Amino acid sequence: MQGIKSQEKVRDFHQAKWNEPVIFKLHQKGERGVVPPKTEDEITSAVGDGLSKLPDHLKRTQAPELPEISQNRVLRHYLRLSQETLGAAFNVEIGQGTCTMKYSPVVNEKLVSSEKLRSLHPKQDEETVQGTLKATYELDLYLREISGMDYFSFQAGSGTQALFAMASMVRAYHEANGEGEQRDEIITTIFSHPSQAATAAVKGYKIITLYPDENGFPDLEKLKDAVSERTAGFVVANPEDTGIYNSKIKEFTKVVHDAGGICYYDQANANGLLGITRAKEAGFDMCFFNLHKTFSTPHACGGPGSGAVGVVERLKPYLPKPIIEKQGERYILNTDLEHSIGKVRSYYGVAQNIIRAYAWIRALGPDGLKAVAETAVLNNNYLYSKIKEIKGVDVPYAEGGRLEQVRYSWEPLYQDTGITTEDISRRMADFAHQYWTSHHPYVVPQPFTLEPTESYSKEDLDEYIESLAHISNEAYTDPEIIRTAPHCSSIHKITTDKYFEDPEHWAITWRSYLKKYVNTKEKQT
Amino acid sequence: MTKAITHPYLPNTNREIKAQMLQEIGVENIDELYQTIPDELRYTSKLNIPEALNEFELKREIGNLLGKNKGTNEVISFLGGGCWQHFIPAVCDEVASRAEFVTAYAGDEYEDHGRFQVLFEYQSLLAELLCVDVVNVPTFDWGQAAATAIRMASRLTTKKEALVPKTIAPERLKIIRNYCSPDIEIKLIDYQEATGELDLTNLKNNISEQTAAIYFENPSYLGFLETQGEEISRIAKSADVITIVGVDPISLGVLESPAQYGADIICGELQPLGNPMNYGGGQSGFIATRDEIEYISEFPSRLFGITPTSQEGEYGFGDVFYDRTSFAKRENGKESVGTQTSMCAITAGVYLALMGPKGMAELGQTIMQRSQYAMKKLNEIEKISPSYFNNVNFKEFVVDFNETGKTVAEINQYLLSKGIYGGIDLSEEFPELGQSALFCVTEVHSKADIDILAKELRAFL
Repeated sequence: MQGIKSQEKVRDFHQAKWNEPVIFKLHQKGERGVVPPKTEDEITSAVGDGLSKLPDHLKRTQAPELPEISQNRVLRHYLRLSQETLGAAFNVEIGQGTCTMKYSPVVNEKLVSSEKLRSLHPKQDEETVQGTLKATYELDLYLREISGMDYFSFQAGSGTQALFAMASMVRAYHEANGEGEQRDEIITTIFSHPSQAATAAVKGYKIITLYPDENGFPDLEKLKDAVSERTAGFVVANPEDTGIYNSKIKEFTKVVHDAGGICYYDQANANGLLGITRAKEAGFDMCFFNLHKTFSTPHACGGPGSGAVGVVERLKPYLPKPIIEKQGERYILNTDLEHSIGKVRSYYGVAQNIIRAYAWIRALGPDGLKAVAETAVLNNNYLYSKIKEIKGVDVPYAEGGRLEQVRYSWEPLYQDTGITTEDISRRMADFAHQYWTSHHPYVVPQPFTLEPTESYSKEDLDEYIESLAHISNEAYTDPEIIRTAPHCSSIHKITTDKYFEDPEHWAITWRSYLKKYVNTKEKQT
Repeated sequence: MTKAITHPYLPNTNREIKAQMLQEIGVENIDELYQTIPDELRYTSKLNIPEALNEFELKREIGNLLGKNKGTNEVISFLGGGCWQHFIPAVCDEVASRAEFVTAYAGDEYEDHGRFQVLFEYQSLLAELLCVDVVNVPTFDWGQAAATAIRMASRLTTKKEALVPKTIAPERLKIIRNYCSPDIEIKLIDYQEATGELDLTNLKNNISEQTAAIYFENPSYLGFLETQGEEISRIAKSADVITIVGVDPISLGVLESPAQYGADIICGELQPLGNPMNYGGGQSGFIATRDEIEYISEFPSRLFGITPTSQEGEYGFGDVFYDRTSFAKRENGKESVGTQTSMCAITAGVYLALMGPKGMAELGQTIMQRSQYAMKKLNEIEKISPSYFNNVNFKEFVVDFNETGKTVAEINQYLLSKGIYGGIDLSEEFPELGQSALFCVTEVHSKADIDILAKELRAFL
């Protein structure tokens, strides 16, 4: 043998394909996956069957039609389906821009698997949870340092819930000051997560959305026009989804403050900013961090996450209850918050993510945190310098000046070839890549958003770049292979949206599927 | 620029690689990349955070920290009230710790096919337990699910009031109140002093032109069963009011689903189905309805549906009616959607697949028997009554300590010293119950555990 030559620049990949049936099809009467604890005979002889006390009309008469499956088969089913899921641990996970898909250290998973955490009940005596409370309190101190805010609440289970908590606090603040009715508008921007606008709307606010100026920044003049005695708050990310840092941010917060509004900072993703710049100096009254983004806690197929909300001293009384504080040498749950909005989520937060984020910060230290930000920005600018050279790619707005992510556009490619960003998304799956376009509406046409974080090496980034370049080349030479993609995924292309958009055809559960397609003969045809 | 560091989480710290990357970018150093941040906003101090720990040090440090906790696995705990200690099958833990799932997020139907399928299956498995055709990709917790169900009802009816029982879980009420304000008013309905169940006269008196929904819980927060479900939903229907029922799904192996007594929307908590308590970090809420476009249109959550693909015989899955959501419509979508608690739902699906119909029935029965045994044992103790309410209970019950001359705080302090976590002290949240506590007994409580509780209570009282 002369040695194995592997020269392909794009990965020769095929995702696991198990053709695993929907779990109900694994039903075998009489099998079982687990036997729950059984009652001792003494208890049965003392109280009988336990069910006879139930009124007849509350007794379940028909057993639920759950499948009966042996343990081995249940496990195999789920393990196979796990293999058909491209988690961040398996790929160069830079394609889900804005989501900060960084490395979630394995050691943290081991730490949170401790029964010393898993088995804690939220109503235990404070004395018996001092370890968790201490970690939470210290994480609060670290986030204060990183943001300049004065107190943090960890109650929210995600960024959306953190945004909702902040909108709630804005309302509570103005109500306490007698301006609750008058101040009925919240200003946001279009290059932001939809939850900024959506959560404020749930809180009853009218939404004013600022569009960017020619440089991609929210327009300061438009903000000046928008603010008034009706302004309750201003919510913004910086950088926004474009990755461009708005250097006039302090003027923005001043304009809003002068009008009597509260400024809250969407720092779901603060990955380029750790130790570089802070919410406080930019004039914000509140901010939040997603522990599942910047602070490495895993995304768990979409939660539970954790949205840590920080506020300046004057807004402390409005925080959701309780917050964790230190009293002498003890850590306590403080519910004494005069204007508290109450609760956004049960109990005190997602404790396992608090521990993970705490461990991540402890593993990095102050220099490491700053190196995270700098490396994320270095990686992004390297990626940017390469992606913009790919045929068919455009990068709207300001040249340069991007921090941790960039929103790109395939508009030239689309004009040339008719290939859309959604087509490219499917084709990227063939090369083991995640790929995300943008939230709606698509202000940038044919968008895609990449965020390399600090976790990936130059070689990793080069692989992703090569894949995009390869697909661009295909678009100009063999577009059909893109249109019909994916070819190496767990499933093939879904060619109709009728099962998602037509109420007659959609089936959101297996029983609904059976009703619509199997048990009703005429519908089969 | 920060001093050069080599950290296992950070590739690209090699000087040569870094220099090469900077050259490709066309800048001299990383600081140049931050030139858009004005000097006055640059943070120039070193963050006041402890210096980095290596992995060995980290494990020791966090291990010591968590060591200060005393988990329910080390004691006998009777705490419940919305977060419950249950048996967790090993396969649940195994699936919930798979890196493929743990580190996935928001990929599309192809590269994340497995994620879509397991969530569709979770919806489907829970739907069998609930006897309904639509279940959502979960929300944050039961409280959020109830709050959203109320908002759904308000939009469906264009009315602005919801009625909830005074016995509702205080945590959930706080969430509902904040989530529904300012536009939906939450009114509390009285309960019957003897049974704890809804006072139907008071309910009828409170229904008005503005009533969108009546929400009640079964089993209730205080453990008793609401046996008037059918009557309540009949009253609601006759006034064009939507019936929402909150349910602990682990009860549904033995209890009838609220769908059978008239619930239009069912919500509840997924934590008991295989999810560790995690100090409250294991909460996850679900919402379920009939397959009617009016209801489906009002879900803020993602709903995954099944579809064929271009290959014969292949299942695909994807988002149903995406245009409802704030992802598609921002502030004009239905409430908001984002990261919620998918992993808890996947785990709940695994749990139901393992348990099957037989397991759920046996489990429900065991919980009924054990909790009845606990009540019987406590009833033998003078001056305490293990059921403040005269009713049937599931899993939890209110122990009345009013005759003992001791506070629940004192009693729980004593129990704690004996390695027992007593029930939730209700004296603040339900002052009308005086010195009473909510005790939770599940399948994990052996006869010996219950006997020890009785023995210690007798000794102290």
